[in-house]
Amino acid sequence: MLGRLSMDALPFYSWVAMGGAGVTVAGGILVFCVITYLRAWKVLWFDWLTSVDHKRIGIMYVVLALVMLVRGFVDALMMRAQQAVSLNNDGYLPPEHFEQIFSSHGTIMIFFVAMPFLTGLINIVVPQQIGARDVAFPFLNSVSLWSTASGAALVLISLVIGKFSKAGWTGYPPYSGIEFSPGVGVDYWIWALAISGIGSTLTGINFIVTIIKNRCPGMTFMRMPLFTWTTLCVAILMTFAFPALTVVAAQLALDRILGFHFFTNGDGGNMMMYANLLWIWGHPEVYILILPAFGIFSEVVATFSRKRLFGYTSLVYATACIAILSFTVWLHHFFTMGSSSNVNAVFGIATMIIAVPTGVKVFDWVFTMYRGRIEFHPSMVFTIGFMVTFVIGGVTGVLLALPPADYLMHNSTFLVAHFHNMLIPGALFGYFAGMNYWFPKAFGFKLDAKWGIRSFWFWLIGFYLAFMPLYVLGFMGMSRRMEHYADPTWQPYLIIAGLGALFVLCGIACIAIQLYVSVKTWGSARDVTGDAWNGRTLEWATASPPAPYNFAVLPHVREIDAFFDMKIRGVAYLPAAEYEDIVMPKNTVLGPVMGAALFVFGFAMIWQIWWLAALCLVINLVAVGVRACDDNSDLVIPAAEVERLEAVRLSQISPSDLYDMSDFAPRGAASGEILAGRT
Amino acid sequence: MADTISILEEEEKKSLESREFGFWVYLMSDAVIFALLFATYVVLSNNSAAGPTAAQLFDLRHTAGETALLLISSLTFGYATISMSQGHSGRTVQWLLVTLVLGLGFLVMEMMEFRGMIEKGAGPETSGFLSAFFTLIGTHGLHVTMGAVGICVMIGQVLTKGLTLPVRSRLMRLGLFWHFLDIVWIGIFSVVYLPGVM
Amino acid sequence: MSAVYFFRRLPLSGSLAPSAACLLLAGCGLSDAPVLNPKGPIALQETDLLFSAFWLMMIVTIPAILLTVFFAWRYRRSNERATYTPNWEGSNLVEAVMWLVPAAIIVALGTMVWDATHKLDPYKPIVSDKPAFKVQAVALDWKWLFIYPELGTASVNELSFPADRPLTIEITSDTVMNSLMIPALGGQIYAMAGMRSEINLLADAPGVFTGRNTMYSGDGFSDQHFLAHAMSESDFAAWKDKVSAAATALDAQTYIELHKKSTANPVTYYSSVETDLFDIILRKYAPIVGPYESEAAELICRGAA
Repeated sequence: MLGRLSMDALPFYSWVAMGGAGVTVAGGILVFCVITYLRAWKVLWFDWLTSVDHKRIGIMYVVLALVMLVRGFVDALMMRAQQAVSLNNDGYLPPEHFEQIFSSHGTIMIFFVAMPFLTGLINIVVPQQIGARDVAFPFLNSVSLWSTASGAALVLISLVIGKFSKAGWTGYPPYSGIEFSPGVGVDYWIWALAISGIGSTLTGINFIVTIIKNRCPGMTFMRMPLFTWTTLCVAILMTFAFPALTVVAAQLALDRILGFHFFTNGDGGNMMMYANLLWIWGHPEVYILILPAFGIFSEVVATFSRKRLFGYTSLVYATACIAILSFTVWLHHFFTMGSSSNVNAVFGIATMIIAVPTGVKVFDWVFTMYRGRIEFHPSMVFTIGFMVTFVIGGVTGVLLALPPADYLMHNSTFLVAHFHNMLIPGALFGYFAGMNYWFPKAFGFKLDAKWGIRSFWFWLIGFYLAFMPLYVLGFMGMSRRMEHYADPTWQPYLIIAGLGALFVLCGIACIAIQLYVSVKTWGSARDVTGDAWNGRTLEWATASPPAPYNFAVLPHVREIDAFFDMKIRGVAYLPAAEYEDIVMPKNTVLGPVMGAALFVFGFAMIWQIWWLAALCLVINLVAVGVRACDDNSDLVIPAAEVERLEAVRLSQISPSDLYDMSDFAPRGAASGEILAGRT
Repeated sequence: MADTISILEEEEKKSLESREFGFWVYLMSDAVIFALLFATYVVLSNNSAAGPTAAQLFDLRHTAGETALLLISSLTFGYATISMSQGHSGRTVQWLLVTLVLGLGFLVMEMMEFRGMIEKGAGPETSGFLSAFFTLIGTHGLHVTMGAVGICVMIGQVLTKGLTLPVRSRLMRLGLFWHFLDIVWIGIFSVVYLPGVM
Repeated sequence: MSAVYFFRRLPLSGSLAPSAACLLLAGCGLSDAPVLNPKGPIALQETDLLFSAFWLMMIVTIPAILLTVFFAWRYRRSNERATYTPNWEGSNLVEAVMWLVPAAIIVALGTMVWDATHKLDPYKPIVSDKPAFKVQAVALDWKWLFIYPELGTASVNELSFPADRPLTIEITSDTVMNSLMIPALGGQIYAMAGMRSEINLLADAPGVFTGRNTMYSGDGFSDQHFLAHAMSESDFAAWKDKVSAAATALDAQTYIELHKKSTANPVTYYSSVETDLFDIILRKYAPIVGPYESEAAELICRGAA
């Protein structure tokens, strides 16, 4: 009846496990109590959880990412603490716990921090940047969100019921096979990935169609903001790379559950195929994580340098190059598997070629700052910190792309330092920059800048302290994933790395304080114009927070920096002569219902409760069927209501709120004779 | 009110257009899944370990039967599409029913093949080769099953709603899906069955 | 190349490379770091490649970092004296430089890599006037078994070989994926069940080096390291005698015992080895049908599979 599930699954076997479970359960209870205390259940359900509004879905994605960031960071802190003390002893974590922790750290940070963070920002911003009222498939968007959330929930619940995988975030067989990992751990990992992976594929499809089909008049491809461009590339990567993850997860699951022989030792299995399939997804995934950050940096650096973006065309082509090349380099993750020199050399060179468009991007940002008027807003500071630090990661990346050098550095902490160097200053700093940049767009008031800057410094210093020693330890021959070690010369470096983790802890605390302070003083930091930073792209043309329909009248785009152009021409805040009815999708419970069913399905597959899994599949199929037959999923916002909302918005803007645009000339015109503000 | 209806219709048309494009993108994403399953099969096709090999298992006459059923069902779906574009809802339903029967016939033959192999001790847990075989063919079969369910739903929709714009769009997309599965089957025939017996 | 030479001459200079943070720590063992202080020609060439590429990339990296910091300071908003060109959006000259210079560097690096990858192929035998010393390594949970076909002996968690001869290690695994690495001598290669991989190494002089499995393989992974001894002729002769005098022989039954999971195994010597043990271990996972070639083979293959 309950498959493998029994009382033994509860974590009463060790203090560490009980601690983790206790914190998780207490966190859940706390959230429940706070929502109940605020009497927010109704609002939460009707306005948020069932919402198909891309802005709200985006915000929920980011909230999920921030919550999981804390969970993933606790893992990191525990690992650094363990390695700081475990010279010639077991430290405070037995191998079994240490292994679960590094596996869940990687899994969480990639799938449930980075992915939802970038998907959230894309959701909030991209439809507005292309002058659209909505994404192409709002309901699908909700399903994506809830499948990501149910994947995250599976990882969280693994702390309380059963154990998580010990096979690392890459889950290489045969170690992750049933023979060497018999418990439920790897199954938790498989189903969390598979379910959230389907969400990512759907997000990819959704945004390809949104960007190609829903652009407003005049928004040609070569006028799209850079963030939209990177999103388009990322959406394509998601659509074509995530199927590989689905396949590899399904095959590993079949090996484990039904005794298939895809990756087993013997019986005709081939573990090398796993490495290939995993990285055919995994390498594009790296660019899925970082390209949106590149897009954010491009927006931020132009806005806060008060200048046009340098080399727009170059940046677009560089983005496309990176996206295409990302499919051609997967083998560099296993040069040491014994491929022939020709194969290794070709993949090594293909990898190095990616450094060219990436380098071009960095120089484009550098030259955007050149002769600008740089304002050190937290997003800009994160961007500058990124530029300086990221190039170091680029260099170490190229070093690892040299097959003979990789023979020395593979599987070492040098590799760990390298990819954290890409993912923290590269991806995560980008997301933080995006959060600081677009927060007023999503909520109508600005984030506190002081605490933003503080969080930046803690993150930056923490990053250097935590990972530069790991580069060195790689030279000293330390492998990744070591629970303890015997070389006393390693310890000082590991203690410094631990110190770095404490700095990052302060960085996270600063972000929490920043959110708290900003919410508390929100009235004094309101953004009435919808244009918090004298922005250049169309998302700043909407109200902050935007009306459900974003744009009462679809804008007509004439320039790359569409909104900036509108401000220069003095047409940014004009009421329309006539408003029309606007069709918007209705909220639906099907999204959360399908997410919940997917969660229970995953749980049932993990514990092999077959009837329950089948039931959940049927529920999902029925939900899809119900939706497929529904010809009445839209509602109409009448023109009068639109007019009223717009009038309220415009009445709050006083001319003194508007930016002085006299410095900026329209393309080709002599500078200086420009109208500012409303005519 | 008339205005509202026309706006809804316009919005619907736009949204159906997006759906059709989105469906193409989905099909390409699905094609990646099949491409990787094909790659897996090619890698593992000689790894029959202690189990039987492809040459010992495949029966080309049986496969020819399956192929005929599926290819003809693609043709009949084409007729259904033509009837739909001519506005004949009755004939559309008839052709869909023929397609459904052919598709189910294909599935039955596939089941028989699977059962025969498992009875011979050549189940998917026997060797890497058979794992890859059952997964590739099974995934295709699962798609055909979903397609058959889709045909049932669409027959219901044509009968109850008539050939409205959304129904026609859905039928169009289902047709794409069905023809796509045909193409995949041709791949299976040429990559799995033919080299297996040659 | 002279830069590389210069770099390695200075005991502390390795730390200049990654960051200033390392400088502070330079005293802590970095001068002994195996990757920075290779003890064999293969590792030396790999390290050389690493640093040549590193310096080559500095041509773009240093300007990028310096320009970022300089521009950020120079064009800060409060500096009203700096030129401000809000509508400047591109320059063909600058763009040409930023595409072509990195491209040229990658062309140079690419050529280097093509040569080096072929030259440093782990499978490539090392040219020497003396024949290579062949060792067969088997990854087990969680220890390394080294079989010496030339001597007919074996050892666990210790690898000894004559320093003046090239070393050829044939590698397989009788458990999950492992990776054998002796960083001071260079390179690593995966060990996989049913498959045979190979690495060729050479030590400059007698010495003791750390080796380990770098591929996480489970609970005992942290302790899965060993010492590799490159020995002078006389030392090696003495060591040979010591091993030949060991009490145990590695027959099928002993191997089955050894195959069981164990952590931090002490160094063990075996005076003799079951015939074709390495091939039997390979065959255990290879898809061949047919009778076993020997009773030992049947025992070992049936034992765990």
